Amino acid sequence: MLDPKTYNEFVIQTAPKTKMARTLLAAFIVGGLICCIGQAVSDIAKLIKPSLVKEALAAWTSVTMIFLGSFFTGLGLYDRLGRIAGAGSIIPITGFANSIVSPAMEFNREGIVFGICAKMFTVAGPIIVFGVALSVIAGIIGLFL
Amino acid sequence: MKIGKQTYLIDKPVYIVGNFSIVGPKEGEGSFGKYFGLVLNNDLWGEKSFEKCEIKMHRETILRAIYSSGLNENQIDAVMGGDLLNQIIATNFAAKDIDSIYLGIYGACSTFGEALGLASLLIATEQMKTITCSTSSHFSSAERQYRFPLELGNQRTPTAQWTVTGAGCSVLSAEPRAEQPKVKITAVTFGKVTDYGIDDENNMGAAMAPAAASTLIAHFKELDRSPAYYDAIWTGDLGKFGAGLLNYIMSSDNLPLSDTHHDAGAEYYRANQHPVQGGSGAGCSSTVFNSYLIDKLRKREIKRLLLCPTGALLSKYTPLQGATVPAIAHAVAIEAED
Repeated sequence: MLDPKTYNEFVIQTAPKTKMARTLLAAFIVGGLICCIGQAVSDIAKLIKPSLVKEALAAWTSVTMIFLGSFFTGLGLYDRLGRIAGAGSIIPITGFANSIVSPAMEFNREGIVFGICAKMFTVAGPIIVFGVALSVIAGIIGLFL
Repeated sequence: MKIGKQTYLIDKPVYIVGNFSIVGPKEGEGSFGKYFGLVLNNDLWGEKSFEKCEIKMHRETILRAIYSSGLNENQIDAVMGGDLLNQIIATNFAAKDIDSIYLGIYGACSTFGEALGLASLLIATEQMKTITCSTSSHFSSAERQYRFPLELGNQRTPTAQWTVTGAGCSVLSAEPRAEQPKVKITAVTFGKVTDYGIDDENNMGAAMAPAAASTLIAHFKELDRSPAYYDAIWTGDLGKFGAGLLNYIMSSDNLPLSDTHHDAGAEYYRANQHPVQGGSGAGCSSTVFNSYLIDKLRKREIKRLLLCPTGALLSKYTPLQGATVPAIAHAVAIEAED
């Protein structure tokens, strides 16, 4: 029978590849649109309450986008968007919301404590760990600057 | 009778006297839709979880296959089968409600071939008379076990496959059914675990093709047959890419598979259903065999069939630990009697 080395070379040569042009374009358009929606949320909030400072405005925008990401995950629509857009819908904060809400929904049937709460961070866990660790490091560096 | 290292000729006839298949709605819309015994309206079937739905599918498939054979539960010597869930719970729980010896086996998606082979040997050696062979898989229970949550917005890789939601069961017996065209198992080649170093768990077709080739080559050499001996050779769930790879290996061994080769996974869904490379799962080969293929055998449109379900032997953790994906395949020769 054929040796594994020749076989693996053949597999690498012939394996179907991701269509880069199409997927990159889809990610760019959808990612850009999500950011535009975020900007619109920020602008509308500014119109409604002109007294909001920059930080508060950013926080309100993030909260709204997280809500929208979670809401459309709950409706079962965000995964369809993700299938088309890939990183375009994973990278924005709505994708982060999706990565927490989707395991929570998935493990709903195993109960609140050992299902939803225990499994909620299975996908987003590494992002939170790195986020917290890096912010601590940044804080320490900031202390000495 | 053992021939060579891996092959057994089944010299006392073992007949397939009953069969049934249950599939999910997506599978019902696929290429074999009209042949399945029952197509569900939704993938929960009134149950509270996908695992419970798979258990119900598995149990109902066994019971309805027994019913279709004209036998009753008391005449079944053993229930043999498996699935993809941890501790093969779908089969274990399904067998709970059946008053018979239960033999749970696991060979990933090749389990159906393993069951047919073992059951044939048990019947041919007159240890048992009637055995049910069943396997199941469920897209949503497999996804949560092996991959990501269903609602996560990620993309499938170009070599990914779609786990079939379905359960299939065959009833094997030493006695044929009087009014039914006779279909019997004539030879079995059990596979060896084959690892060609594929380390991408999303490319199971490439991982399984060498295992399928190894078993098929052993089958042809040990029985001194050529692929042309069979009217049809059906592999389990290599997918489109994997099926091509199998033919590449077979050709390099001077045993090219002609257009009589089909892959159940590659042909399971229609292109507009986006299965990427095709169907997979323990229910893939068993549902196609217990609907479309058994039908063709009984109508004698296929007289000699070689069924070769293939399985990738991995857990969620082995690829994370840097292990490659070993695979296995078992081949079963099934013939329509004159």
